[in-house]
Amino acid sequence: MPRRNDIKSILVLGSGPIVIGQACEFDYSGTQACRVLRQEGYRVILANSNPATIMTDPDFADRTYIEPLTPDFIEKIIEREKPDAVLPTLGGQTALNLAMELFARGKVGVPGTPELIGANAEAIATAEDRGKFKEAMIEIGLSVPRSGIAHSLPEAQKIIKEIGLPVIIRPAYILGGRGTGIAHTPEEFVSVVSNGLAASPISEVLIETSIVGWKEYELEVMRDRNDNCVIICSIENVDAMGVHTGDSITVAPAMTLSDVEYQKMRNAAFACIRRVGVETGGSNVQFAVNPLTGEQVVIEMNPRVSRSSALASKATGFPIAKIAAKLAVGYTLDEISNDITKKTPASFEPTIDYVVVKIPRWAFEKFPGTSGVLGTQMQSVGEAMAIGRTFTESLQKALRSLEIGRMGLNCDAGETSYAKFSDDELLSQIAIPTPERIFQIGECLRRKISIEKVAKYCKFDPWFLDQMLSIVEEREHLSTASADSLSKSDWIRAKRMGFADAQLAWLWGKSEHEVRAARLKAGVRPTYKAVDTCSAEFSAQTPYHYSTYEDESEIHATTKESVIILGSGPNRIGQGIEFDYCCVHASFALRDAGYETIMLNCNPETVSTDYDTSDKLYFEPLTYEDVMNVIEAETLSSGVAPKVIVGLGGQTPLKLASQLPSNLIAGTNSESIDIAEDREKWSALCESLSIAQPPGGTARNVEQAIEIANRIGYPVLVRPSYVLGGRAMQIVHDQDHLRTAMLEMDQAGSLGREGGLSSERPVLVDRFLEDAIEVDVDAIRDATDEVLIGGVMEHVEQAGVHSGDSACTIPPVTLSKQIVEEIESTITKIARALSVIGLINVQFAVAGTTVYVIEANPRASRTVPFVAKATGVQLVKVASRVMMGATLGQLRSEGLLPEKVKGGHVSVKEAVLPFNRFSEVDTALGPEMRSTGEVMGIDDSFARAFAKAQFAAGTTLPETGLVFVSLNDRDKSGGVEVVNGLTSLGLQIAATTGTAKFLTEHGCTVSRIVGKFSERKSDGKGADDAVKLIEAGEIALVINTPRGYGTRSDGEAIRKAANNCRVSVVTTLSAATAAVQGMIEQRNRPFSVMSLQEFHGRQ
Amino acid sequence: MTRNIKSAALVLKDGSVFEGEAIGAGSSEISAPVIARGEVVFHTGLSGYQEILTDPSYAGQIITFTTPHIGNYGTSAADSESSKIFARGVIVRELARRRSNWRSDDSLDSFLKRNEISGIAGIDTRRLTRVLRDSGAMPGAFGTATESELHKAAQSEKGTAGKNLIAQVTTTKPYVHGSGKFKVVAFDFGIKTTILNCLGEFATVQVVPATTSAAEVIAMAPDGIFLSNGPGDPEMVHGAPETIRELLGTGVPLFGICLGHQLLALALGGKTFKLPFGHHGANHPVRNLATKTVEITSQNHNFCVDADSLATKAEVTHINLNDQTNEGMRVLGANAFSVQYHPEAGPGPHDSRYLFAEFVARMEAK
Repeated sequence: MPRRNDIKSILVLGSGPIVIGQACEFDYSGTQACRVLRQEGYRVILANSNPATIMTDPDFADRTYIEPLTPDFIEKIIEREKPDAVLPTLGGQTALNLAMELFARGKVGVPGTPELIGANAEAIATAEDRGKFKEAMIEIGLSVPRSGIAHSLPEAQKIIKEIGLPVIIRPAYILGGRGTGIAHTPEEFVSVVSNGLAASPISEVLIETSIVGWKEYELEVMRDRNDNCVIICSIENVDAMGVHTGDSITVAPAMTLSDVEYQKMRNAAFACIRRVGVETGGSNVQFAVNPLTGEQVVIEMNPRVSRSSALASKATGFPIAKIAAKLAVGYTLDEISNDITKKTPASFEPTIDYVVVKIPRWAFEKFPGTSGVLGTQMQSVGEAMAIGRTFTESLQKALRSLEIGRMGLNCDAGETSYAKFSDDELLSQIAIPTPERIFQIGECLRRKISIEKVAKYCKFDPWFLDQMLSIVEEREHLSTASADSLSKSDWIRAKRMGFADAQLAWLWGKSEHEVRAARLKAGVRPTYKAVDTCSAEFSAQTPYHYSTYEDESEIHATTKESVIILGSGPNRIGQGIEFDYCCVHASFALRDAGYETIMLNCNPETVSTDYDTSDKLYFEPLTYEDVMNVIEAETLSSGVAPKVIVGLGGQTPLKLASQLPSNLIAGTNSESIDIAEDREKWSALCESLSIAQPPGGTARNVEQAIEIANRIGYPVLVRPSYVLGGRAMQIVHDQDHLRTAMLEMDQAGSLGREGGLSSERPVLVDRFLEDAIEVDVDAIRDATDEVLIGGVMEHVEQAGVHSGDSACTIPPVTLSKQIVEEIESTITKIARALSVIGLINVQFAVAGTTVYVIEANPRASRTVPFVAKATGVQLVKVASRVMMGATLGQLRSEGLLPEKVKGGHVSVKEAVLPFNRFSEVDTALGPEMRSTGEVMGIDDSFARAFAKAQFAAGTTLPETGLVFVSLNDRDKSGGVEVVNGLTSLGLQIAATTGTAKFLTEHGCTVSRIVGKFSERKSDGKGADDAVKLIEAGEIALVINTPRGYGTRSDGEAIRKAANNCRVSVVTTLSAATAAVQGMIEQRNRPFSVMSLQEFHGRQ
Repeated sequence: MTRNIKSAALVLKDGSVFEGEAIGAGSSEISAPVIARGEVVFHTGLSGYQEILTDPSYAGQIITFTTPHIGNYGTSAADSESSKIFARGVIVRELARRRSNWRSDDSLDSFLKRNEISGIAGIDTRRLTRVLRDSGAMPGAFGTATESELHKAAQSEKGTAGKNLIAQVTTTKPYVHGSGKFKVVAFDFGIKTTILNCLGEFATVQVVPATTSAAEVIAMAPDGIFLSNGPGDPEMVHGAPETIRELLGTGVPLFGICLGHQLLALALGGKTFKLPFGHHGANHPVRNLATKTVEITSQNHNFCVDADSLATKAEVTHINLNDQTNEGMRVLGANAFSVQYHPEAGPGPHDSRYLFAEFVARMEAK
């Protein structure tokens, strides 16, 4: 059954901002889908609110709507575009939920409306509704854990009487396991059920027998409309049941299942997808297996492409999303060819001759108050994947890919922190799943604690523990050798087990360079094998490689001029999809310009690690050793050294720049990078250019910091150097606080892993510019000294909120023409002084009429994709060509560099924060970045664009109800306008006595005065406080602006309560002002939608 | 730390050498040098090593597993496809030091030793697979003997073409398996236990030696006749095509798998030929021409039926989508059908077990 001709246009739903549980894997799947559907000749309409995605490039769809992913806005898009079909299975849970809401409204999937392709509403409901799913599984004879469905606490109590504790509680219609938990005691039960009911949009939870400690597996299934079913990949979790699969270390293929058990599971997966009724596409079915009896139970299925399917695609070379899109428009698996072999069809099951290990990366250090314990709710923000021929090799490669300062399974400086624990202490630590556990287990094994005992505590399968033990034993063996005495076969044996040069260097007390030199002298270099879907049965046409130590390498010589693009590694807060966008754009632009592009990255979620993004793909860790190995292998095979781009993958490649051969670095050289990174050199440069900087200094200890603060005056901003995303950055108002802040940086605890405080890593102490307006600028300079200003972004939140967490707007709304000109001329001066070739990002703070420079980064910044979407200029494409020697003039004549769009529209970027995952965290914004993603709103005025960005970010701007307002003293006068705006809209105001008094004195109407939470009486009597009102559901919106750290206690409790009760909180006056303007606009004129192509005036 | 590693090497007939370490029989420090020789083939399945090793169809062959980790889940008495290992040797990248699975009763290393089969580990199995893919399945020798002895052994090894291996694997005496309502006579050319179990679900299976005559079979008055899988070159199974031709005349439903499929083709006057490196895996897509659906199949064959040679005698029912070779047929004018692949699986997917139901339907219709 070939392509369907009865549909002409398809609306593809994206997944919106990057949040925990839904990251760039959906950009990968959505991008693949858009490309395929356009190639097939369909008119593709895309809706996604996330400007950092590659899929929202205007080139990937006929109409790209960067609009909020809410039913209201999607309805407007449908009304305007009248698509024949809606594809909801490639945009994660967000797209699926949207489809269900639209179906409920009768706008899709019913006669006279667009058809739902991929999965219909009934299939989605069967898979997503826990009760229906369970019934369906029982109906087809599959085992499921004993369970019951509850909609209230009393219902839940009834169920528990039947099935007993411990139980696992899962809310319906949630993503990434939000609100899920395990209860061992009746007390835990009450709390977990209450959270679960709150987290579920339909207040429904599934309570089931706990199978914690069982083995966990996933199968990636595909089905076509002829009912052909195939398994693309089996995945085994190293962490047993009880840890969310997104937070588990996982391995592909399954390692400890016999064929008998595997086939049983395969049959069950097919029965499941058929019963649920996913007609075409990919699904993921999760199983738990009792390690003692082999009993298999079905846990859940996702009727859509998922994070696991992205992993499976990268692990096997089988592009699930691309094939799913083709199946959705009518093709069958046997009609599609296997991209990698070109000769065989896609209707087969990939088989692999290597092992893939995925390890998540967490960001607990950014969320003080969180326990750091892993559970059934996903908390990781990114992941790294490694490919090796064996589990040991892949495990160690994956660990060093994480960039958490660890080079493998211990045998590095990080392992010394376990020395202080007794065996018993370590054993009790490994009973609790945390990011540290894998290393703690390594230490237990090194202490010769038996596998049986370790398994008893951590529940890892003994096979995995034995593999880890073999690493530990190899290390013991290596410790008796030295770099010069190691035989070639011992070198190979160590490398085959994944040992990094850096680990051996640590073991032998040598430098990594010495170890590398000794290894090369011994003639030991990696070989590069291909990922080919078929274990070499057929010849592969696609150069997708990984390193290992074997006899034979399979890389082909490059004939064209080649360039290696270093990616950004695992997603983390401060370095995410934006940088993948940059790397991918560079690859596209340079490929078009005739270069052979070579991508090097280790993040399985990304578009950059799609095998057809670049001419060659190396799935490798981004460490010095691994990067140099690829450079050398490419040089050896082609006879010419490739150029290397370090400026597009964020801090990760930039940090490697100084170690790589300087003649190979494309664009800005490493000396310039160093000047910008080194505080003292940078200050000297600014001084020589007469550029104003906030007064400050560099401190290596507390005394120095105090001295600086006394000189420049409080408040001061303290920040450690060489960190990402404002890590541990604080605004400090007095000496005591300064001491605490310095202590925190000094201690191994929070910052130790990132290097702590040392003479090489000083702390910067700057005068904090209160009420200054922050401005971000992206620019490109070429070798002819021309500087192109990409975009000037004015931040909505004032200085003090990390730029990554702040909303910003293009064009600026309050800055005068003179100020903007001064900013533009300053960045031009800096770019010239640093001899930048390519991109530079500079952050400014405008206080009154003075323009201060905060910092400069001679690399692509987080804001580049947003600027491109706002202005219509593909900055990275231009910059990557410039880095390879083209001039801006040349690119203008090629048509790659059009004039910036001047359509009169305003673009607003808003940050999306993961607080709903961390109920113990204060949601007030500060200098440490904590957002995971971003959204964009575009409209004809700032207020309207800002409001759209708020909707897109999930903030509710209510039209009726009670708004709780609590302002710090500095914000009180500005708050009058906000409150008057709100009351003019018909909203009512609640405030604490102090705020209320001020507001009424200034002519505002306050309808309810509430008590302070901190003065709450233990007997519950006295005035209702804000927390109580929030919990009672009486508050529609909270405006709470904290200041400093002294007055936080009440505010913090209020913000936490609002976070847990899903009431939107605005924490800055500027954002509140903008929000009220937006609400007034909404009242005056309903919102409409428009595509990026139209905004850019190109259509 | 001391390590118990005994170096070993694999040498192919074309002179390629692969260095590794000995496993299984002859791998201990005190073992005398060993040489294992045979036709080197590769299997791409991710699981099922024990079933593969004990499949009699691998007689005369050395099996390379492309999956790097072998032995992880140990072995289990329930998973053997016959009474012993018929393969000549096993080549792996990494043999598990420790087994882990609730079903397991022994480790693979010990299982190999019990069966007196040697193996070699630690070699670049992907390089080997690429050699075999490009040059075809090739004779080779491996072991702990000197490299020159291994070269000699590899040179003298002939491979499986032109050899009758059936005598090594067939039962010498008839026996009965199962107690189902139909009476099925199964020719044992190297029959797998999983096939017997599939047949046993609905039949009392009278398993007979490969050389049993048509008259002897007819005398048993069977409801159905089954032609089993088996090793090597079908052209060398002398007498079987004639016997089958006679049985076709009886109208008793006849079902063949793998070698049974090839022998049925020969009985019809068709031809077979040797594939370059065979099909050995659990992921081969086969199209059922009647339903137009695709089955993922378990395969293990080096020889293949030339469908053109049967143009007037049989209707092609299944084809392999990777290389378009014949995978199944229905005999015109007789009550017989057969497939090249392994619908019984063991190891591999169960997508094609409906073929046993078809056999039942044919017997019921009789």
